[in-house]
Amino acid sequence: MTTYLLETIKTKFPAAVLAASSFRGDETVVIKKEALKETAAFLRDELGFDFLMDLTAADYLPREPRFELVCHFYSTKHNYRLRLKCPVGADDPTVDSLTPLWAGANWFEREVYDMFGLKFAGHPDLRRILMYDGFEGHPLRKDYPLKKRQPRIPHRD
Amino acid sequence: MGLETLFGHSYLTTRLDEAVNWSRKYSLFNYPFVTACCGMEFMSTFASTYDIARFGAEYPRFSPRQADVLFVVGTVNEKLAPVLKRVYDQMCEPKWVVSFGVCATSGGFYDNYATVQGIDKIIPVDIYIPGCPPRPEAVLDALMKLQAKISKESVLDRKYKWPSDGHRP
Repeated sequence: MTTYLLETIKTKFPAAVLAASSFRGDETVVIKKEALKETAAFLRDELGFDFLMDLTAADYLPREPRFELVCHFYSTKHNYRLRLKCPVGADDPTVDSLTPLWAGANWFEREVYDMFGLKFAGHPDLRRILMYDGFEGHPLRKDYPLKKRQPRIPHRD
Repeated sequence: MGLETLFGHSYLTTRLDEAVNWSRKYSLFNYPFVTACCGMEFMSTFASTYDIARFGAEYPRFSPRQADVLFVVGTVNEKLAPVLKRVYDQMCEPKWVVSFGVCATSGGFYDNYATVQGIDKIIPVDIYIPGCPPRPEAVLDALMKLQAKISKESVLDRKYKWPSDGHRP
C-alpha cells in the first residue's frame, strides 16, 4: 500500500515530485506548487481520493521558500490517506485553488488566505473568513508582531 | 390571613434607598452573554443543585432592554467587542455587569491578536469572578457581593457619569 501510492505519483509526475516519504503509515508527497492542481485532480479521479479532509499552511520563516501549503486527502472508497505539501515562496504567494475540484476547499482556502496571506488563483470568493473587515496583515505569519492589537472600537483608558 | 390582619392599618417607615435597593437586589433579571465553555458552569449555577433562584436572580431575559445585570460569560474577541458594547448600551439603568471567568476578566491565557484583554476595556464591570471556569459556589459568592454592592447605592446617584462629549465611559 505504502509504496504503491508514492510510486504511482512519482511515476506519473517525475518532474513535479520534490520528495516522498512514509513515516509509520503516514504518506507524504512534497510537490511543486505549479503541479498542485494537476496532481490533486489525478488523486481524485484516478486514485479514488474523494475527500479533502484538510487544507492548511505553515510559515517556516526564515526558510526560503517560506510557506508550505498542506493538504490532507482521504479515500472513503479504499480507506487510505495522503498528505500533499507545497512549498510557496513569499515573493509570489499564489497557488492554484482546489475549490473547482472539492467544493469543501472554499473555506479552507479563505482561512489560509486570512491567516497566512497565501492567494488562491481560481477561488470564487477569496476574502477574509475569521478576522474582521479592516484588519491589516495576516496574524499567523511568524513576522506578525506578537503584541499587536487592532481593536474595532476604541478601548476604555 | 396575612401580616395585614396583624398590623391593621399601620405603616412602616424606612429610607427610600433601603426599600428600593432591597427590591432591586432580590430581583436581578440577568442577560447571559455566553460565548464559551464557562457557559456550562453558568448553566450549572442556574440548575437545581445550586439554584440561583434562591437569590431572586433566576430569570434570564433574552432582551438586554429588560435586564438588570449583564453576565459576560467567556472569551470576548475583538470581532465581538462592538456587539458586547451595543448590548450593554441597550440595557436600561440601573444596570450592573459581572465578568464571569478569567477570559472575560483579563483575556486569560489568550494573550493574542484576537482576544480582548478583559471586557473592562469595552464596558465598566462591577464584579469579577476568577476561575477557568469558576465553580458555581464562586458565582453565588459573586452574586451575594453584587447584592451587597447594590444595597450601598443611592437612588439619587447617577451610576455612570456621561462625559461632556456624550459618549459613555
